[in-house]
Amino acid sequence: MAAIWVMITMVLYFVATVTFLAYLLRRSEALSKVSLGITALGFLTHTIALATGMAEASSSSTPSFHAALSFFSWTLILVFLVVEFRHRIHVLGSFMVPLALVSLGSAAALPETVPTLQPVFKTLWFHVTLSMLGTVGFAVAFVAGVMYLIQDSLLKSKRFNVLYSKLPALDFLDHLNQQSIVLGFPLLTLGIVTGAMSAEFVRGSYVTWNPEQTWALVTWLFYFVVLLGRLTVGWRAKRAAYLTVIGFACVILTLVGVLLKGHGALS
Amino acid sequence: MHLIVVGLSHKTAPVEIREKLAVPDSRLGEAVSRLCTYPGVKEGMLLSTCNRVEAYAVVDEVESGYGSIQEFLADTHLALSSEQLTPHLYCHTGDRAIAHLFRVAASLDSMIIGESQILGQLKDAFETALMHKTTGVVMNKVVKKAISVAKRVRTETKISEMAVSVSYAAVELARKIFSNLDQKTVLLVGAGEMAKLAARHLIAQGVRHVRITTRTPQHAIDLAAKFGGVPVLFDQFRDEMASADIVLVSTGAAHYLVSVEDVQRAVKERMNRPMFLIDISVPRNIDPAVRHVDNAFLFDIDDLKHRVEQNRAERVQEAETAERMVVEEVVSLLDWMKSLEVTPTIVALRSRVDEIKRAEVQKVLGRLAHLSPQDRELVEGMASSIVNKLIHRTMVTLKTEVNSSSGPAFVEAARRFFHLDRAASADPGVDRQTEEAPCLLHESEESEHAERAPEASSPKRAN
Repeated sequence: MAAIWVMITMVLYFVATVTFLAYLLRRSEALSKVSLGITALGFLTHTIALATGMAEASSSSTPSFHAALSFFSWTLILVFLVVEFRHRIHVLGSFMVPLALVSLGSAAALPETVPTLQPVFKTLWFHVTLSMLGTVGFAVAFVAGVMYLIQDSLLKSKRFNVLYSKLPALDFLDHLNQQSIVLGFPLLTLGIVTGAMSAEFVRGSYVTWNPEQTWALVTWLFYFVVLLGRLTVGWRAKRAAYLTVIGFACVILTLVGVLLKGHGALS
Repeated sequence: MHLIVVGLSHKTAPVEIREKLAVPDSRLGEAVSRLCTYPGVKEGMLLSTCNRVEAYAVVDEVESGYGSIQEFLADTHLALSSEQLTPHLYCHTGDRAIAHLFRVAASLDSMIIGESQILGQLKDAFETALMHKTTGVVMNKVVKKAISVAKRVRTETKISEMAVSVSYAAVELARKIFSNLDQKTVLLVGAGEMAKLAARHLIAQGVRHVRITTRTPQHAIDLAAKFGGVPVLFDQFRDEMASADIVLVSTGAAHYLVSVEDVQRAVKERMNRPMFLIDISVPRNIDPAVRHVDNAFLFDIDDLKHRVEQNRAERVQEAETAERMVVEEVVSLLDWMKSLEVTPTIVALRSRVDEIKRAEVQKVLGRLAHLSPQDRELVEGMASSIVNKLIHRTMVTLKTEVNSSSGPAFVEAARRFFHLDRAASADPGVDRQTEEAPCLLHESEESEHAERAPEASSPKRAN
């Protein structure tokens, strides 16, 4: 049942991606409403997909990578809709919706493998949820960073094209970048802590230094430095944009590491 | 009575001629008063901006009126001969003069289409003319209409939405760097006109903190008072740069006042918060290499002009819509102008009273069925003579005042007293009435009044 809803959602996100990208290239603002409507509809079906998925999964099962990615995608759209509602920056959709589509697509491409680990406590659910929310923060920071770098280069090279007119002001993007990390970082921290705790319960040690754990810690450290740098020595604007783009690449590597190693199981 | 415009603009005359002919604000009143002393000029208004000098006038005759205004313009500047001036002058009359004024007001004829300054300048010119009592019914109506057309164009098209001038282009760019200008600080270096204008735009957009520096300290203090800002010593403005989000430079200096190091230091002190630098000076006052400094965005006059150029191209499309509006509005104003002519007014007045008379006579005769044909004629004759005597003075006054300056005022008054605009608003209605009227006129009209009926409007009645 959930699979059908996921399929519908994917189709909607795909259409929204296409219209949002077309919006990016056209002067007219009309397309933004259509794109937004389709995205909102997709979000609705996505919510249903997640809810039915939850209902179908028994309470004893552990979260699959599939579900985690779907949740990630859902939260991304939620954040987009909230920011859009508050600031009316349609162009954000041209970046966020494709990202949500890709993550949901890769989730669907994965087999819903039966987890190999049997956690004793519910901490694994916390671990996954918190890590994913933290990752959403970094993903938004990444999008804001990419948009910042584009707008920065357009302004520097004095190319006042359609994209220039649609992208928001630099300081807004920098602020969005900062907020996303300020929110994402504590969530990831908690995610890692709960992950370590569940590892302790399962394996008896907090850290086993496997590749994805190492990468997670590297990522955490990286964002810690980024955040610290911003607050103390003024790593903002262009530098912050670059750093968050690099940081998100680390996050992707971590996820890929989890994927390759565990075949769907998180530890 | 004709509306005429004679003048020159950036399209017909080089700046050498325009600057000579331009009338400074302080002398505008005197000039417009003088315009009305020329033979045949009944109403006048003078519009003088850096891009155009135009005399709008209501004249008796087009030919002589044109001559008078041309003479007036040549007299405005001693160094300008009529021969030098004439090749650059254009002249429009009647509906074309109205259309021209509407296009000027709506900024369709401006160097930068859609710029907003011209409307203010037109309002000022009109105010001056009003103050010196050089305008009358026609000019007042036409200019007021022009102002309302300009407003309509601005609200109904996107013509003024994008940066209209170099100074406003600066504001538009600022908005792409800072989403909210409220808390931003502007540092104004030098007092070039364009920079002052840009600063004014920025203040209008919410900027509250303004720092001003000029080479002459007193000048900075004066400007600071004007803008509600803080004066800064010229030697120290580089130290102030770190606290400024927007730096506007426009001085007469022949060398770079702001170096790469200055900006690098400022950006560092600002903890990399973006900085917007605008150099409107020629020669440039900010080292162009500053554009390579991260988080500092430098734009010079050419960048701003380039931005304006782009917007202009987009405006051309909007201008087409605006042109259609102008045509519409000219037609509606022409209807009004037509109503101000004496002839149609007399015709309308005639048919209006005849209409009333006929209705009343029929009502009475309906009840007096026993009257003999002679008696009926007597009643009709009495009604006719009452009506004719009542409107006789009005008719005479309209005819005698036709060429005086207060002519249109009398016409307007007559139209209101006798409720004629009800008919005039629908032109075909008037025609129908005048066509119907003659059959009645032949029966009851006294020759005295039939004579007065103008030849041009209704040949039948002229007999």
